[in-house]
Amino acid sequence: MKRWLPFEWIVAIRFLLEGKLQSIFIIVGISIGVGVIVFMSAMLTGLQANFIKRVLTSQAHIQILPPDQLARPQRHGVDEIEDAIIQRPSQRLVSVDQWQKIRRQLEAMPEIAVVAPTAAGSALAKRGDASRAITLNGVEPETYFLVVHVPDYLVQGQARLLSDDILIGIDLAKDLGANVGDKLNVTTSNGGARILTIIGLLDFGNKGANSRSTFVSLRTAQSLLGMLGGVTTIDLSLKDIYAAEDIAQNIQSSNDVIADSWIKTNAQFFTAIRAQNLTNMLIRVFVGLSVAFGIAAVLVVSVIQRSRDIGILRAMGTSRGQIMRLFLIQGGVLGFFGSLFGSALGGFALIYWHAAARQADGSELFPLVIEYQLFVWTAVLATFTGLLAAMAPALRAAKLDPVVAIRG
Amino acid sequence: MANSILTLNKINKVYNPGEASEVAVLHDIDFEMAKGEFVAIMGPSGSGKSTLLNIIGLLDRPTSGTLSINGQNTSGLEDAELTHLRCHKIGFVFQYHYLISAFTALENVMMPLLVDHGFQTERAEQRAKELIDRVGLSNVAHHRSNDMSGGQQQRVAIARGLAMNPDILLADEPTGNLDTENTKSIFDLLREVNRTSGTSILLITHNHDLGRQCDRIIQVVDGRIVS
Repeated sequence: MKRWLPFEWIVAIRFLLEGKLQSIFIIVGISIGVGVIVFMSAMLTGLQANFIKRVLTSQAHIQILPPDQLARPQRHGVDEIEDAIIQRPSQRLVSVDQWQKIRRQLEAMPEIAVVAPTAAGSALAKRGDASRAITLNGVEPETYFLVVHVPDYLVQGQARLLSDDILIGIDLAKDLGANVGDKLNVTTSNGGARILTIIGLLDFGNKGANSRSTFVSLRTAQSLLGMLGGVTTIDLSLKDIYAAEDIAQNIQSSNDVIADSWIKTNAQFFTAIRAQNLTNMLIRVFVGLSVAFGIAAVLVVSVIQRSRDIGILRAMGTSRGQIMRLFLIQGGVLGFFGSLFGSALGGFALIYWHAAARQADGSELFPLVIEYQLFVWTAVLATFTGLLAAMAPALRAAKLDPVVAIRG
Repeated sequence: MANSILTLNKINKVYNPGEASEVAVLHDIDFEMAKGEFVAIMGPSGSGKSTLLNIIGLLDRPTSGTLSINGQNTSGLEDAELTHLRCHKIGFVFQYHYLISAFTALENVMMPLLVDHGFQTERAEQRAKELIDRVGLSNVAHHRSNDMSGGQQQRVAIARGLAMNPDILLADEPTGNLDTENTKSIFDLLREVNRTSGTSILLITHNHDLGRQCDRIIQVVDGRIVS
């Protein structure tokens, strides 16, 4: 016996050690539960972080668009409309009105990191007999590449955009039988036509994007789309991504434009994350409950097995409080050691899964984020769960009538 | 009696009072025991001896009547106060020795001291060693109770009963499970404790030879003291 240990601890630990098989079984049970929680939490955190990173490096945090073009009803007098049916006009490609002024204004806002004007529209890419519809994105590489990390997706060639250069997706290149250095004939519906040189191939990991997205310099796009000096959108990158919605509304209220934040355009993604977190929470609660009931069951049995010992201890002057603490400590110790082994188990599972699970492109499925806070919290919670679970058995032990207990 | 260790006045014990299964176990027990006395309680099985001992040992409460230990009236005391008295004034030895199997002989003897102090102290260790020595078990001090013979276990139980240096030692058929030789040596040990330490001893036994060697015999029949 250790001198520094209080009486209740000495007896509690001895009882646990004497019922070795019981203790081992329940600790294994707790470990598995805790392991599942640790593994799931860490993996989900990593997956979500990765997901957000992916979403936010492949699109603008805020996109400024010109307002919808509306047909104004002809009015005769007050509340009197001449034409009964108003048809929505087709949305021509128009520039953001006075975009240079808006750009300067946005650049002056401290919360905005990058302002990238772009001119985007549809076009036809032809090579020999093959032709494909493409989305032409006219960008300034020095700003736009900071908003959407295009060079990260480059698989061949270089990410350079001079006036005759074009970056295309690998699937488009395959369809057209073209490679880096080949020429493409790009035409638009309003008669613009130009021969461009493929300077690099991109792989976004998405077939739709790979067969449609192309990037050219802003001026090339402007001339092809017939909107000299105009831009269709202004893409923004922010310092704090979660402030996007507020900033977007702010911009929209002070300019005649539409400002869409990534939070609004990815509402589904947020719903998915929320659902994931809820599921994770539910799993944690139920695993915790089953762990708690496991501990309680083992201790209830232990109280019955040890009723004679409890009677003897009471006869030699052990108080009800001491008996109660003795069983609470057992619950806490089981929870604590279960959480230690469980954390180790979850940690190893994470490391293994991180090494084994890969995405389609071979990159990691989720970043390995092992935060020591997760383990500390798990240990604290598991110990607390153990204490809580031991409450009923401990009360039962404390209430035991010594005479009955000794008689057996 | 000024120097009485134990005074029982009209002690009654009724189980399940007011119910169909009501059983009256003890009837108006009056009993006094002097300090240092060695008293045997004898009587047939089911006569209420053990219940009486449990009440004296403050494990059970009487339905009516008063019990004083060393001049202190125990009726009306809280559970915590009874526990305290039990810890400091009373030692128990049971028929089936009832050591705690998770601990060694020495640790079992130390247990009451631990309960009282909360921690294991050097003094407690010293005291436990002395007692183990006194009951002649130094050689098995570090054995678990399962590895000891019945006689040895009962000696450990006596040593444990004496750990807190109680005023009175209550022994409920401590030799009931032992052979003649062990019975004699256990009784001799109790007698010796009684003589040298002046500890009062109340012993329940079925063994008339042992009863005759005590200072006094109380006969309990059907919950009454008959002689």
